[in-house]
Amino acid sequence: MSTGAKRAPERKSKNEPEKDGAANGENPAANADDTETQAPMRDTTGTDAELRKELLRSMLVQRRFEERCAEAYALGKIGGFCHLYIGQEAISTGVMSMLRPDDYVITAYRDHGQALARGVSPRAIMAELFGKSDGCSGGKGGSMHLFDKATNFLGGHGIVGGHIPIAAGVAFAIKYRRRNQVCVCFFGEAAVNIGAFHETLNMASLWDLPAIFIIENNRYGMGTSISRSTANEDVVVRAKGYRMIGESVDGQDVFAVRECMARATERARKEKRPTLIEMRTYRFMGHSMSDAVNGTYRTKDELEENMKRDPILLLHNLIHEAGELTEGELHKIDDDAKAVAQDAWDFADASPEPAAEELYTDILVDTTS
Amino acid sequence: MAVVTYRDALTQALREELQRDDRVFLMGEEVAQYNGAYKVSKGLLDEFGPMRIVDTPITELGFAGIGVGAAMVGLRPIVEFMTWNFALLAIDQVVNAAAKMLYMSGGQYKMPMVFRGPNGAALQLSAQHSQAWESWLAHIPGLKVLTPGTPADAKGLLKSAIRDDNPVVFLEGEMLYNTKGEVPDGEHIVPIGVAEVKREGSDCSIITHGKMVLVAMKVADELAKEGITLDVVDLRTIRPMDVEAIAASVQKTNRAVVVEEGWELCGVGAQVVDFIQRECFDDLDAPVIRVHQEDVPMPYAKNLERLAKPDAAKTLAAVKKVLYLD
Repeated sequence: MSTGAKRAPERKSKNEPEKDGAANGENPAANADDTETQAPMRDTTGTDAELRKELLRSMLVQRRFEERCAEAYALGKIGGFCHLYIGQEAISTGVMSMLRPDDYVITAYRDHGQALARGVSPRAIMAELFGKSDGCSGGKGGSMHLFDKATNFLGGHGIVGGHIPIAAGVAFAIKYRRRNQVCVCFFGEAAVNIGAFHETLNMASLWDLPAIFIIENNRYGMGTSISRSTANEDVVVRAKGYRMIGESVDGQDVFAVRECMARATERARKEKRPTLIEMRTYRFMGHSMSDAVNGTYRTKDELEENMKRDPILLLHNLIHEAGELTEGELHKIDDDAKAVAQDAWDFADASPEPAAEELYTDILVDTTS
Repeated sequence: MAVVTYRDALTQALREELQRDDRVFLMGEEVAQYNGAYKVSKGLLDEFGPMRIVDTPITELGFAGIGVGAAMVGLRPIVEFMTWNFALLAIDQVVNAAAKMLYMSGGQYKMPMVFRGPNGAALQLSAQHSQAWESWLAHIPGLKVLTPGTPADAKGLLKSAIRDDNPVVFLEGEMLYNTKGEVPDGEHIVPIGVAEVKREGSDCSIITHGKMVLVAMKVADELAKEGITLDVVDLRTIRPMDVEAIAASVQKTNRAVVVEEGWELCGVGAQVVDFIQRECFDDLDAPVIRVHQEDVPMPYAKNLERLAKPDAAKTLAAVKKVLYLD
C-alpha cells in the first residue's frame, strides 16, 4: 500500500540497539531521532482488531482527504493559507479516540486532520476549504478556522499560541460547572516560546483545570528548526516550571498516543489536574502550500528518513503482520477513505457560494438574555 | 433617585447581575481579596465566593483568553483590566479572538463577555498610564464599545453589557470613579447604541463621550451666562454609533464641536466629523472643530500635562470659533 510517500519506506530491524536517553537522566525526547527510526510499533492499550482497523481508517481518511486538498489547492479551488497535516495523523486519531463526545477540542491552523478525526463531516470541511456555504464555518473561516459545535470542535485558530489560554478558559468553565469533561488543546512546538503558553500553564496548574495541552513537535516552526528557536529542546520540561505533569511520547505511534492520553484524561477527570504532553512527530509536507516539501531548512534525506516512520504505514504493517486483515481488506479501507475524500470534493464543488447577504451576518448576535 | 458615585453605580450593576445570572463571573487582578484596585468590586468576594470573583495573576493575555474560552462554552465572564493600558498585552484576545469568533465560526460561537476597566488619563501618571483607547477598539467589527460618562449611564450600560451576547468593551473613566450623580432606583438599564442629549441648546452642538461629557457640561454652564446655549450630545456608545442623534443635533444647531480625550489622528472625532460632512453638509454654518489631546505622549509635569489634555478652556474656545465669536 502506498501512503503517499514518494519512496517506498524501509523498516529497520527491530533488533538494533536503541539509544536510551532516559537512562542518562535526560528526557529521551531531546535525543529521539535515532531511537524513533528504529522503534517498533507498540500496542499496549489492549485494543482489539476492530479498534485497530478503525484507527487505521481514521488516519487514512485524513491522508486521502488532504491529498485531495493539495490537488484542489493547485486547481485554485482552495485559496489562502492551507496547512497540511500529512505525517502527523497518529496524533489526531490517537487523541480523539480517547475522548468522549462531550469533551472539547481546540487547535491551531493545521486543523484538517484533527477536525476529521474528531468527527466533523468531511463534506462540511471540504466545503469550508472551497469557501462554500455548506462549509462547517459557513465559508467564513477557511482552512485555518474550522469550527463545529456539534462535536465540540472549538476551532481552528490562526495566531500561534493565541488559542492556548482559550483552552484553559474552557477548562475553567468545566470546573465552574463541576463537570468532568476535559479540554484538549493542540499546538506546535514553536508555540512553547510564546507568552500565552506560559501564562496559560501557570493558571491551569494554579487553578487545577482539566486541560490537556498537546505539543505536536514536528521540529519546525514554519522554516525554523527547534534547535534554532528553542534554548532547551526538551520542551516538556517546561511543565515542571508550572508544577504540572509532563510526558513525552512517540507521536507516530498511535498506541503510544492513546496510552498517554488515557493517563492524561484520567488525571483531568479524577484529579482535576492538567497535563502537558509532547508528541514527537514530523510534517511530511511543506509548512503551507506555498512552501516546498523540503524547503531551504531541511534536507531531502531527513524528510525521507522520517517518512520511513509514516504513522499509517506503521499501523498498516502491524495489522498486516498480525494477520488481522487481508490485503484485500486493507485495500478496501484505503478505497473507502478515497471515496470519502471524493464524496467530500463532489459535495464541496456542488455547494453554492455564500450569499452576498452573508457578508454582514454573524458579526454580532441579537441579545436574548 | 439616589445620588451615588460612579464607582458605586458600577458595583451595584455588578452585584445585581451576579445575583441575576449564575453564569456571570468577574475575573482580574486584585478584584477579590483586595476589593478591586479601584474598589469597584468591593464586597463581592464575600457575597459570591472565589469561584465567581476570581483573583488572577498579573497575566492579562492569559486571563483575557480564559474569559474568551469560558464565554465560548456559555459562561458570561466579566474580565477586568486594572487599566486599559495593560490590556494591550491582551489585545490579541480582544481583537483576534473575542471579536472574530462568531464570524469565523459561521455564527456557531457567540461571545457573551465584557472587558472592562479604567480608561484615559488620571493625574500625573505620565505616558504609559494615561491613554484613551476607544478609537483603537471601536475600529473592530464584532465588538461593542461603551464609554459611560455619568453614574447613571455607568450602571445602566454595564448591566446592558453583561446581558449582551456579544463581546463588549466597557471603558470607565479613571477620573470619574468619585464623581456623583443621580441613579434611578430599582432596575436601571441603559440601552447600548443610544446617545443621550445631556443638555438641550440651539447655538452649537458638542458631540462627546466618556469623561469629556463633564467638560462639555461645564462649558455649557459657562456659555449660558453669555446667552449661548449648547446641545450636548453624549454618544455613550462608540460602536455602534448613534449617528441619528448626531444628525438631529447638528440639524438643529448648524454648528458642531467634537470633543474627545484621545489623540487627533484617526480619533473618534474623525469618524463623527466624517459623518457630519456627509449627512449634514447643507446644515452647517461653520466648519466642525475637534478638541482632543495634543499629539504627544502624556507628560508627567503638572503644567505640561495640563497643556496636553483637552479641557474646558480649549472646548470653549472651539465653540466660540465655530460661532465666529473669537
